[in-house]
Amino acid sequence: MSAPTTAAERKKAISDPDFDVSTRQLPPRGPETKPMTNVDKDWLAIVAFTVIVLGMPWWLQPLGAAYPDLMQKFAIYGIFALGFNLLFGLTGYLSFGHAAFLGIGSYAAVWSFKLFTMNIIPAVLFAMLVAAVAAVFIGFISLRRSGIYFSILTLALAQMCYNLAYSVLTPITNGETGLRVLRDDPRVLDAMTGTERTGSLIGSLFGEKMVGYPGFYLCAVLLIIAFYIALRIMRSPFGMMLRAIKSNQHRMIYTGFNPRPYMLTIFVVSGMYSGLAGALLAITDPLAGAERMQWTASGEVVLMTILGGAGTISGPILGAGIIKYFENIFSALNDSALSSAFSFLPPAPREFLVTIVSPFVGEGWHLTLGILFMVIVIFLPGGIMEGIRRIWKLVTRRGSSSSKTEVQPAE
Amino acid sequence: MDAIVLQILNGLDKGAAYALIALGLTLVFGTLGVVNFAHGALFMLGAFCAVTMQYLLTLSTRVKDESITFFEAYKEVPYLEGWFGDWGRMIIDYSVPISILLTIPVMLIFGVVMERGLIRYFYKRSHAEQILVTFGLAIVLQEIIKAVFGANPVPIQAPSAVAGSASIGEWFGLGPAISYPWWRLVYLTFSVVVLAGVFAFLQLTTFGMTVRAGMRDRETVGLLGIDIEKRFIIVFALAAIVAGMAGTMYAPILAPNYHLGMDFLVISFVVVVVGGMGSLGGAVLAGFLLGILQSFASMTEVKDIFPGIDQIIIYLVAVVILLVRPRGLMGRSGIMET
Repeated sequence: MSAPTTAAERKKAISDPDFDVSTRQLPPRGPETKPMTNVDKDWLAIVAFTVIVLGMPWWLQPLGAAYPDLMQKFAIYGIFALGFNLLFGLTGYLSFGHAAFLGIGSYAAVWSFKLFTMNIIPAVLFAMLVAAVAAVFIGFISLRRSGIYFSILTLALAQMCYNLAYSVLTPITNGETGLRVLRDDPRVLDAMTGTERTGSLIGSLFGEKMVGYPGFYLCAVLLIIAFYIALRIMRSPFGMMLRAIKSNQHRMIYTGFNPRPYMLTIFVVSGMYSGLAGALLAITDPLAGAERMQWTASGEVVLMTILGGAGTISGPILGAGIIKYFENIFSALNDSALSSAFSFLPPAPREFLVTIVSPFVGEGWHLTLGILFMVIVIFLPGGIMEGIRRIWKLVTRRGSSSSKTEVQPAE
Repeated sequence: MDAIVLQILNGLDKGAAYALIALGLTLVFGTLGVVNFAHGALFMLGAFCAVTMQYLLTLSTRVKDESITFFEAYKEVPYLEGWFGDWGRMIIDYSVPISILLTIPVMLIFGVVMERGLIRYFYKRSHAEQILVTFGLAIVLQEIIKAVFGANPVPIQAPSAVAGSASIGEWFGLGPAISYPWWRLVYLTFSVVVLAGVFAFLQLTTFGMTVRAGMRDRETVGLLGIDIEKRFIIVFALAAIVAGMAGTMYAPILAPNYHLGMDFLVISFVVVVVGGMGSLGGAVLAGFLLGILQSFASMTEVKDIFPGIDQIIIYLVAVVILLVRPRGLMGRSGIMET
């Protein structure tokens, strides 16, 4: 983001009450160019993000993805990846058990539907609360170790949750069948207010059923709020502490800071993000199953974050969108769809192409994902966002050397 | 008493599989310093070597069935049986032990290619990146196997000579209730031999000595003029072969499917951590220990007291061990101390 800044804008930035002196960068030598302050950039980022997210029904039209079911998946997994990135991107602690919070959030939301009301506000709050409690517990144990031990501890604890959900906790989780909302559930609050539910049992907000576009807009608005909070966390002194943990924990301890409370806080925040995503999954489709907690699901959020770019703020959301989009498009392709796609070719090369391509689409789309993921980790560890930044640098290199301001990773 | 002995025996074969995978994991970790999330996939590849061998040996041709005379009947006869008669049938029967002959070269080549083509570029990169790239590789391998062999488990037969159960109880005068499938006994013996072989290789040969020295202090070994990198390639291939052979021999016990590797990987990592990162003895000890613990936890008497304990015992033990003894049972200082 190197939009030209005029003197007027600069004055505005200084008169801005939110303007933080500590984040102001020294103006570079040379002509009258001044980099945007972080506050400016953040507002620009949030406005741009809001426009992009709320405009999804329009600009996704040419891509064939502008239907609410898919778009709300983008938003939900965006929140999930955003939360994961707060932990992994900022502190470098690679959790392999984040899906546990997703599953716990889903179960909690469905239980809120069953016990209290079909209104989604209690469901969301309850899910985040339960996920936070679980995150305090898991975080307290697993944060005693770091590095690969942390990864394995989170993996072990998440597998434990998954196995428990299948076996002992069957009264709570309904085992393999999955937990669903039933017509004769108590729903205390609904009974008290005398709200009678008619039609299908779907979470609602002020009488509006959360399916289709209302469901999408709910997820989108929550994604924007989540994005804003994540941005504030990254910019705050607290976020700076987390980055300090990533770069050198020992040095941080020597300067008199105890990293543990910071780590636990961000772990819980990250768990609450996952719980929120889980609740939204349950709201848009009131069914919770244990397979959401399996470690392959934890792997998926790692994939999303790395693909988009760990440590950047928009990267994980981009990664989540790309993976969910291609999952949807690729897994629908089969041999006949492929032949019609290549129908402009004569039969022999067409058959050949179909044979070559077909293992990578449809059922085998995970293969494509795995290869893509390996390529990204090997050649572009910063993810797609780093790729964009590199291209941007190539383009702008021809510009004046004075505009060479190191772009913040959060852009 | 009988029940306890039975559970120990049941735990041993699972423990042997854990120990073999964990041994390779910890060997690679101790020497190359690489966390290999694709190691479970190597176990799975080994199992599918057995599947491939069984398929190759039973390639069949249609011949006229002479025993049915009143209409034209055809039956499938494997080529081997057609060519060698009873000998051919015996070769088919012994497909699992024979497939070891396929597993060793396949895993050797695969290990070397994997190390030279991928892993060596990750020596200098962070553990998180090593985990990520090998995790990606594991997904790719798993999906390739799924595309080639399908998603369903492929049943593999053990040789008919060891099909039944051995009444071990009577051998030791413990009562006839204790019986143990012959093939598991074979598997156990095989694992012990492989483990002993690896340990002997590392302890008794000069090559093994330099590898152990490299595990301790890589720089000093390098300063002494030993090309430790070259040895580490062989170590990696060795770990791959051990995991592959473990998978091949395990095929008759558990029908191989494409996510077999992932299932075993998670537990094997737990085993390595419990045993202590980089400790070979610890990995073997913890493998057998956790295998036996798991089978004890699945006894109904135990499950009555702690419902569901069989599902979580391994993870529970890992959590407790990591918190109480962060280095694991036999971990050395200086490895992954952060």
